[in-house]
Parts: sequence; C-alpha cells; structure tokens
Amino acid sequence: MGRETRRILAIALKDLTAERRTKANFNGVLFFAVLILLMFGFALGPDADALRDASAGVLWLTVLFGGVLAFNRSYEMELENGALDALLMYPGDRKSIYLGKLIANLAFVLLVEVLLVPMAVVLYNLPVNPRMAPVLLVLLLGTIGFVTLGTFYAAMASRVRAREVLLPLLLFPVLVPLLVAAVQATRAIMTGDVMGDSHAWFKLLVVYDVIFLVASYFAFEYVIEE
Amino acid sequence: MKTWLANYPVRPRWLRILGWSVFAFFVATQAIAWKISPPDRDMGHLEKILYVHVPGAWVSFVAFTCVFVASIMYLITRDIKHDLFAASAAEIGTVLTGMTLGLGSIWGRPTWGVWWTWDPRILTYTVLLLIFISYLALRSFVDDEDRRARWSAAVGIIGFLDVPIVYMSVKWWRTLHQMQSTPSTIAREYIIGMDLNAFAFLFIFLYFVIARYRAARVMHAVESRREDAALGVGEAMHV
Repeated sequence: MGRETRRILAIALKDLTAERRTKANFNGVLFFAVLILLMFGFALGPDADALRDASAGVLWLTVLFGGVLAFNRSYEMELENGALDALLMYPGDRKSIYLGKLIANLAFVLLVEVLLVPMAVVLYNLPVNPRMAPVLLVLLLGTIGFVTLGTFYAAMASRVRAREVLLPLLLFPVLVPLLVAAVQATRAIMTGDVMGDSHAWFKLLVVYDVIFLVASYFAFEYVIEE
Repeated sequence: MKTWLANYPVRPRWLRILGWSVFAFFVATQAIAWKISPPDRDMGHLEKILYVHVPGAWVSFVAFTCVFVASIMYLITRDIKHDLFAASAAEIGTVLTGMTLGLGSIWGRPTWGVWWTWDPRILTYTVLLLIFISYLALRSFVDDEDRRARWSAAVGIIGFLDVPIVYMSVKWWRTLHQMQSTPSTIAREYIIGMDLNAFAFLFIFLYFVIARYRAARVMHAVESRREDAALGVGEAMHV
C-alpha cells in the first residue's frame, strides 16, 4: 500500500472513529431523513399508488436533504482547537485530505441509506424482488457524485458565516443533473425498464461522477490552503 | 505619497463616451430590427421581444465563459485582477440571465399560453441563473479577499462544467417521455435583426464589465489601504 493511500485511509478512519464515538451527527441525520420521508408521505398521500409513483423522487430528495447536513460537520470538527491547521501541516499531498474525507462521508451517507431504504420500502409499499437490484447501483453512483461535490463545497461553506444556508445554495444547483438521472433511472427500473431507458441514465451518472471527482480533486488544494 | 489610485477615475471621459455610443448603437440596432422584420404570421409583433431575449441569452453565455476563463487564470497567476474581472462578468451575466428568463416568460404567455414550461433550454438556463447567484452569494459571504478569490474561482469552474451536463440531462428527461418541438427555420429578415442586436448586447456587456471592473479595482485598493492603515503598515503600493 502506497504512502498516499495510507494517508487517505488514516484520515477516513480518523473521521469515522470520531463519528462512531459520538454518533450524535449520525443519529441526527438519520432521524431527520426518516422524518422527511414521513412528511413527504403526509404531503403526497394517502393514495398508495400516487405515493409509489412519487417514491423515487422522494427518496432522492430525502437523501439530498439529509446528506447535506452531514458534510459541514466533517470540517467543523477540524475547526475546533485548530485541528485543521495541524492537519494541513502534516507532510504529503493535501489532496489526500479531500479523498479521506470523501471516503468517510461516503461511508456515512451510504450507511444512512442502508437504514433509510428499507424504511422507504415499507412506508411507500415498494416492490422488493431481484429485478430491483440495479437500483442499488443507482444509489451507489448517485451517492458518489453527491458526496464528491458535498465534501468539496463543504470545505468552503463550513468556514463562513451562514454555513447552513450556503452549502445547499452552492450544492443543489449543480446537483440537478444527478437528481434527474438518479430519479429517472430508479423509476425506469421500478417500472420494469421495458424501453431500456436506464442505460442512458447510468451513463450520465458515471460521466457526472468522473468529471466532478477529477475537477474537485484538483481544485481542492486551492480551496483548503491558508 | 501619490499612488495610481489618485489618477484612476472610476468613470473617465472615454468610458462615458463609450457608454453613450453603446447605448446609441443599441437603439439603432433595435430600430433596424423592428423596421426590417415583418410581423410574424402567428406571433404578430410579439416576435420583437426576441431581439432582446435571444441576444441576451447568447451574451450571458459569453459572460459565463468569461467567468470560467478568468477563474482558471486567477488560479494560475494569482493576480487579483482576474478575480475582479470574473466577479464583474458574473454580475452582469446574472442580470442578463435574469432578464432573458423574464422576457422569455412574458413572450411565452401569449405564444405558448403559459408563463413557464419544463423545456430543456428554460431549465438549463434557470440552473445557470442559480449557479450565478450561488457564485455571487459565496462572494458576499467571504470577507478575506484572497480566500474569496480562490473559492469563487473553484465554484466558477465547477459551475461552468456543470451547465452542459444539466442541458443533456434535462433534454433526455423530456425527450424520453415526449416529443420535443424544434425551432423552425428562421427567415433572413429576422436573422439580421438578431445578429445586429447580438453585437449591441456584446458591446453593452463589455461596457458594463469595464465599468464594474474599474469600480471593483478601486474598492479593492481602498480596502487594502484601510487594512494597512489599521495595521500601521503605512502607504504601500497596491494592485
């Protein structure tokens, strides 16, 4: 294992350990996400068919609204006691800090989804069968793109006043293609994908992930330097 | 000690002349476009709004490209001038984008019967406006100058990369479900008006960017001077 890889994993592990010890953030985000899921149900229901039709969009909005709360936190803990300055002083490439935090945030959001999706299946009465398996891939690809930009923008937003407002303001407009692609792919799979629509959306998600992973990876240095 | 600031009027004589010339050119191109274009068979005189709407849309993409290029230039050179230029272009671009959307909506109501429709170009354009606004919001939230320049450059670059993907996604989103209407071929009389006005808008854009950029430079210099005075550094050269 290369030095950079070890550095990246060390940062990811550090963040996840801090999260595991307090759990405050995870519990908060999870509870908030479940709450949104229920609130959408109240707003759109009680017609079961209407709920099922809307479920792909609802699930993705829930992930975005819940996840956006997690990203600022991953830098806020660095701001306490000047931990960020110490982190920046360590030798090695600063891009590792970005990738480390990206992995930790990805694990965080995916774990929220692991608990959230079964809840959505129950609440929105969604079908569960082997045909639905590609939805998990959509979830993974969509989450990678979301966390990539979330981790990147939070590096800025977490360090200004009004950070709670600024992060979604920066993040959501650029997430529009991701939201459209993820929701449409999920819907196509749920309705049997007779037209083979989901392939185009998968491609779009992969392209989106790659472009912004590369762009954020290289731009991060400029954002984090002091 | 005299510095360049003392000899740097925000609106010098040549800039005022430029402003009036640009305005006169715009009035002339509008008049020509109105004169030579016959009323459209379906829209009637409504088509006249397109001589503002379409050039506005084109030039707002020019503005966005300026932000992108200036952002990259800033990250390479670290010269604050590129950042100030990007900010100026973004401000004018936001106004143009907002104006284009508003005019499109006014045009759409009698033509299509709706103020708003989920059309790929409208949606892309709306997302473009949102990205512009978030860019300016970020700038207003960050006080430190160097940090603001670096951060907004990053946001400008990411936002620019996003726009073609937005267009692709909303286009597929619509076409996978319903047929999309294509713009019919346009007669020559209309094209001349559009092209002339595209230049008029480009000049308007340039005039405002120059004016805004000069103001931004003076504000930057004053800010630096004030900081130095507070720190007791004394009169240092800036910019």
